[in-house]
Parts: sequence; structure tokens; C-alpha cells
Amino acid sequence: MIEKIVVLEVVLPLLAAPVCVLVRHPRLCRLLSLGVVAVCLAIAVAVLLEVRGGGVISYQLGGWPPPLGIEYRVSTVNAYLLALVTAMALVVFSFDSRGGPPRVPEPRRHLYYAVFLLCISGLLGIAITGDAFNIFVFLEISSLSSYILVSLGGHRRAVLSAFYYLVMGTIGGVFFMLGVGLLYQVTGTLNLRDIAARLEPSLDDRGTVLALALLVVGVSIKLAVFPLHHWLPNAYSFAPPKVSAFLAATATKVSFYLLAMILFTIFGAPFVFEELRLQAVLLPLSILAMFLASGAAIFQTDLRRLLAYSSVAQIGYMTLGLSTANVTGLAGGLVHLFNHAVMKGGLFLVVACLLYRVGSVHIDALAGIGRRMPLTAAALVIGGLSLIGVPGTVGFVSKWYLVSGVLERGWTAAAVLILLSSLLALVYVGKVVEAVYFRKPAETQPIDHVREAPLGMLAPAWVLAVAAVFFGLTTNWTYGVAREAAELLLAGGI
Amino acid sequence: MRPPSRVREMPILRVVARALVPVILLFGLYVQFHGDFGPGGGFQAGVIFAAGLIIFALTFGVEALRQAVPVVLTERLMAAGVLLYGAVGVLAMFLGGEFLNYSALDPLTTGHHGQHLGIIAIELGVGIAVAATIMRVYYAFVGRRPDGDGETREAALGAGPGEGTP
Amino acid sequence: MSSVQSFSGLWAYWLIIALMMVGLYIVIARDNLIKKVMGLNIFQAAAILFYVTMAKVTGGTAPIVPHDPAHPGGHGEHEILYSNPLPHVLMLTAIVVGVATTALALALAVRIHGDYGTAEEDEAVIYDMEHA
Repeated sequence: MIEKIVVLEVVLPLLAAPVCVLVRHPRLCRLLSLGVVAVCLAIAVAVLLEVRGGGVISYQLGGWPPPLGIEYRVSTVNAYLLALVTAMALVVFSFDSRGGPPRVPEPRRHLYYAVFLLCISGLLGIAITGDAFNIFVFLEISSLSSYILVSLGGHRRAVLSAFYYLVMGTIGGVFFMLGVGLLYQVTGTLNLRDIAARLEPSLDDRGTVLALALLVVGVSIKLAVFPLHHWLPNAYSFAPPKVSAFLAATATKVSFYLLAMILFTIFGAPFVFEELRLQAVLLPLSILAMFLASGAAIFQTDLRRLLAYSSVAQIGYMTLGLSTANVTGLAGGLVHLFNHAVMKGGLFLVVACLLYRVGSVHIDALAGIGRRMPLTAAALVIGGLSLIGVPGTVGFVSKWYLVSGVLERGWTAAAVLILLSSLLALVYVGKVVEAVYFRKPAETQPIDHVREAPLGMLAPAWVLAVAAVFFGLTTNWTYGVAREAAELLLAGGI
Repeated sequence: MRPPSRVREMPILRVVARALVPVILLFGLYVQFHGDFGPGGGFQAGVIFAAGLIIFALTFGVEALRQAVPVVLTERLMAAGVLLYGAVGVLAMFLGGEFLNYSALDPLTTGHHGQHLGIIAIELGVGIAVAATIMRVYYAFVGRRPDGDGETREAALGAGPGEGTP
Repeated sequence: MSSVQSFSGLWAYWLIIALMMVGLYIVIARDNLIKKVMGLNIFQAAAILFYVTMAKVTGGTAPIVPHDPAHPGGHGEHEILYSNPLPHVLMLTAIVVGVATTALALALAVRIHGDYGTAEEDEAVIYDMEHA
């Protein structure tokens, strides 16, 4: 049964978007998108349960068998991503932002939900499809809709940030398209598994190496790997807070999956990491991201910018897990996808609560807010502790396996650097916590009128905060699945 | 919005446009429905159709076109076209095939009849969606006021012409 | 193969690379947002050309299977060499993506112009610094 409806993961949100345009009623559209996302989550969880332990679901679109037709192929890796994206989408959608993004007037609000649904559809499509050009199409669907979502932020710089994001994203997309084209030239097929099988004899071909380079650079732009991250801090800090929470929790995660899939499934770990030695580039860049982006986060005065720079640093941890190319390290990187989504999504939802009540998330404006909004501030602290990697939170789990993976590889220095970079996280989280709890509010900005955030906002933020602790204590689900996914990727399957 | 005065004084342009527009629209329909037998299809047909209407607007003024094809209609058609496409796919699922498996549309005969049916319906959806989208984009850009300071946020967001802004 | 031969044999690729670099240069070097969009368009067009040149089969004809009156329902295609239609179909989608990107980029540029009173990137940045 489940293998017959797996395609609904993409189709439901894709078709709910035009329905929103026709309905033109904001509240109905919100309910519709919540319902669609909930159904998608249910399907994703069912699929994950089905494929765990090495199962594969293959769906032939239009009844055309692969490699000619487009195949949707779900294994543990994809199912993990599907569940992650839909779960985060559900939490973010249930967040009641009380009036939507600032620049969307009431009569146009239905379009906002339509764009949101398209973005989800694109992200799920990337995760589910087994066709190289199909990935490009879904990549552009999700990217185009995220440019729109970013541009809806209240400040005028939101539009400028969205424009930068668009320029960078389009360049990345075209690189990806060229890479797919070269692969097609070399292998004559677009089906991912077919490409992988036919690439074997022509791995030394110059076209193959060029394709790898183009694909990696293209996806790295979308993923915001360190020197290509410039668009991310602006986009995340000027987007509407709900959008930042959603994008931080899902978009970069799907790009990471794409990068891992390209390296391990298409080209294969032996070629990429033993012959070309990609880790010689990836490892230094990851470590630079961890230090420079965390360092930049320390000097930010706006909480959203601080979190955005912290995201760049966290992406560094993920790519570090990628560059180890062993099961423990890669599983650490993959489990960090979920863990980072939970904590960063939660933190951006906290930011949305603070913005709603305080009106600003400048660190100085948050002085003493811990007394006025105790629950919001507590969620902020849990998320912050998780960013540092305190035992008992999800952040610890990821770092534990990352360090194990790095040590397995014999990179002692890198392991030490991971621990050192956590100290930087301690500094920037400490700075926020200090302001929120221990600093007296400024005379010019009285906070007597500030009350606790409404339940509709607080509940989703706390769901993620509780998840950050829960999955920090029980790792069977998260790490168990991530390890299985890592084994599958290293074996070259999806 | 009045047609630009210089165009109004150009009878040749108006006469030629009046003669050409119906032909362009007809050609759009031809490309749409002949796509079943030769080169053609929804994308090209939609663009040709929309281009014909845009030529009409350029010559006789946007207001004239807006009376014929209201902005709200283009928005509805955009969504309806996509939904038509999706509905065919979902219908195939209900009839026991995969998503977009046209053969399932005609379970009684074993030939290519279902494929024909499916591709015509799908291309129609594509054609409607493309034509409506191109026109909506045109409306969105042309509906902005030319004076730089008077640009309203609604217009920028696409609420634009025909929906309450004077 | 000598380098001169490989240069002339691959002239289409050199053309595409040159076009890509022109597009990328415009995106990087120009401050005007509209010019940046044009640069992006050239960049995309180069990638589309890459696919289209890939599809050409020397001596191949348009990939339409002729109807053979002798065998109604059957095809007499055995002797005909066709060009590869698949890249063209892919590029149809890529062109649509390009149109959507361009429309969105222009819409954003229009709004930036509305908010900042300029479509020049450097002037917008200066404006932000002065009105922080």
C-alpha cells in the first residue's frame, strides 16, 4: 500500500499550492497547508518504518520503467530526509505568527501559503527523486520559493538579501545543471543509479572530474559551505522569523543530503576520497567555517544574525562529518542534520516570539527579558546549550559521533579543534544568556509592558526545545537511522 | 490607463495589430492541439497565445485587455491549469495506475488511446497555466505607476492593477 | 591530437565557456541590478546552449518518426539517424526555470528601487549605512 502512495509526498503540497490560490481565504489556506503537511509527515514516517533495515521503495512515474522513466526511490537515507522536512514543516506551520509576514497584506496572504507549500514540495522532491534532472527542477522550485519567502521580511534589506540569494542560488543551480549535463554526456542516462553504474569505467575521464567539480560547487552554494556562505546570514536575518526557522531547519539539510548523495552514491567514496582526496579541501574549509563563522557570531549584536552565523558554523560540522568518509563520522554528520534542525528551528521560533513581544531582537533590547518571558527565555537557553553541545542535549550527540569519526580516521588535531570551536559557541550563547537573565533593562527601553508570548507561539518552540533534550537522551531513533543511512551511502546505494 | 498617445496616432500599427492578433491567437491554438501529431505543445502554445494578447494590450492599451481578460481571471487560470495537470495524474492513480500513467485513463482498450487522452489533457493544463502566467507577469509589471515615488507596496506585491488600486 | 586540432574541434565548448564567463563577469562586476539579471540570463543561456550542442548528432535529422504508409501503425525508421531529443526537452524546462528566475529577479529589483530609490547596488548599500 505505502509504495503506491509515496508519490503523494510531492504531489500533495504541489497541488495544494494552486488550491490555495483558488481558495483565496487565508485561514482556510493555513488549515489546508497544516493538513497537507500532517498527511505528508504521516506518509514519511510510514515509509521510514517500511524501509528501515534495508528496504527500498521504488515508484515509476507515469508507469515508465527506469532508467528511461523518472523513478522515485526511497531508502533509509531519503526517508530520513522526508521525515525530517515534513516534521519541521509541521512544527513551523503550527506556529501561529499572528498576522503573517509583515509585507503581505491580508488579501494576499493565501499566496504566502501557496509559496510555502511549493517550497516544501521542492525540498521533498529533491529528497525523493532518483533522477538527476528532476533534482535540478525541484532544486529550482524550492529555491525560487525561498527567495520569495525571504523577500517578505519587514525590513527593506530583506528584498536586497533575497536578491543576493537569488543571484547566488541561480549560479549554483546553473552549475548543478551543467554538472548533470556532463554526466549525461559521459553516461547517456539521467537515472542516478544508472549513472553510478555506468560511470565506473569512465571515472578517469576529464569530463567526469569536471562534472564532479561543477556539482560540488553548485550544491555547496545552496548549502552555504564556508567560502560560499555569504548569502546566508543576510537571508536568515531579514526573512520573516517563521521563514528563517523553516529554511534553517530544512533547506540546508536537503542540500547536505544532495552533496552526500553526489559524493557517495554517484561518484563513490573510493574515487572521491581516495583518488581525488576531496577531504584535503573539505576538511580545512569545514574547520575554517567552525572557527570563522562562530567568531563572527560572537561579534553580532542582533540575535538573528548571531544565529545565522552559527548556522554557517554548524554546516561546517556537517561537512566535517562528510569529509571523514567513514561510517561513524558520516552518521555524525547525518544525525547533526536532525539535531541542528531541531535546535536551530526552535531558536528561530524563540526569536519569532521575542520579536512579537519585544519588537526587536537586538541583544541590548533583550536585557532582562528573562523575568518578563520566563518560558520563552528557558527555551532559548535549552537551544543555546544544545548549540554548545552540553551533554543531555542533541548537540552533544552529534559532536560525540563527529569526534569519534574523526578520531577513527586518526585526525587528532581536528578532534581537538571541534572541541575548541565549541568554546566559541559557549561565548556567543553565553553573551545572549547573560543579557537575557543578568543584565538590567536599559532606561530607554522599558520592558514593563512585555508579557509572555501567546500559547500558539510558545507551544511549537517548546516542542522543539523538548525534542532537543529528548533526542539528546535517547539516540536510538536519530542515530540509529543516521547510522543505517551512512552505511547505505558508503556502500554506494540510496 | 490610456493607450500611449503616439500609438493612437499610428493607424498602420492599429490596423496591422487588429489583423494580426486573431491570427496569432489561432496559431497558438493550432500549436496547442497539433502538438499531438507534430512539434508543438502547451508551453509554446501558451506563450504564443499570451504574446498575441500582449500585442493587443501594447496597441490598444492595457485597460482594453483588462476588460477582456481580468487580472483575477489570469490568477485563477494559473492555478486551474496546474490543477488540471495534477488532476489527470491523480485520476490515473485512482484508476489503478501510477501518478501520470495515462494508460490507466482508458482501462477498457489496451492500445494507446489512454496515452492520447492523457497527453491532450495535460498539455491543455500546461497551455492554460503558461498563458495565464505570462499575462499575469505582464500585468504585474505594466500595472506599476511610472512615477518613481508613487510606487505602492501593493503594486510591488502583485495586488496591483484591477484590484482596487485606482 | 594536437592542441590546435582539439581547440578547433571543440570550438562550441570554447564559445560556451566564453559566454558563461561574460555572464558571470557581468553579475560580479556590475552594480546595476538589472544588468546583474541580464548577466544571469547570459550565464543560463550558455548552459542551455551546452545541452543543445550536446544533442546534435552529426548527420542526424529532427527526431520525428515518419509515418510509413506501407505499414500503417508500424514505423520504417531503420535507416534514419536522429538527433537526440532528450536534451531539448530538458532545456524546455530549464528555459521555464530561467523565465521564472528572471521574472522574480526583476520583481525584486523593482521593489528595491521602490524602497531605496535606486537600482544600483552600491548606492543601496550606502543608503543602508546612512539610514541604519
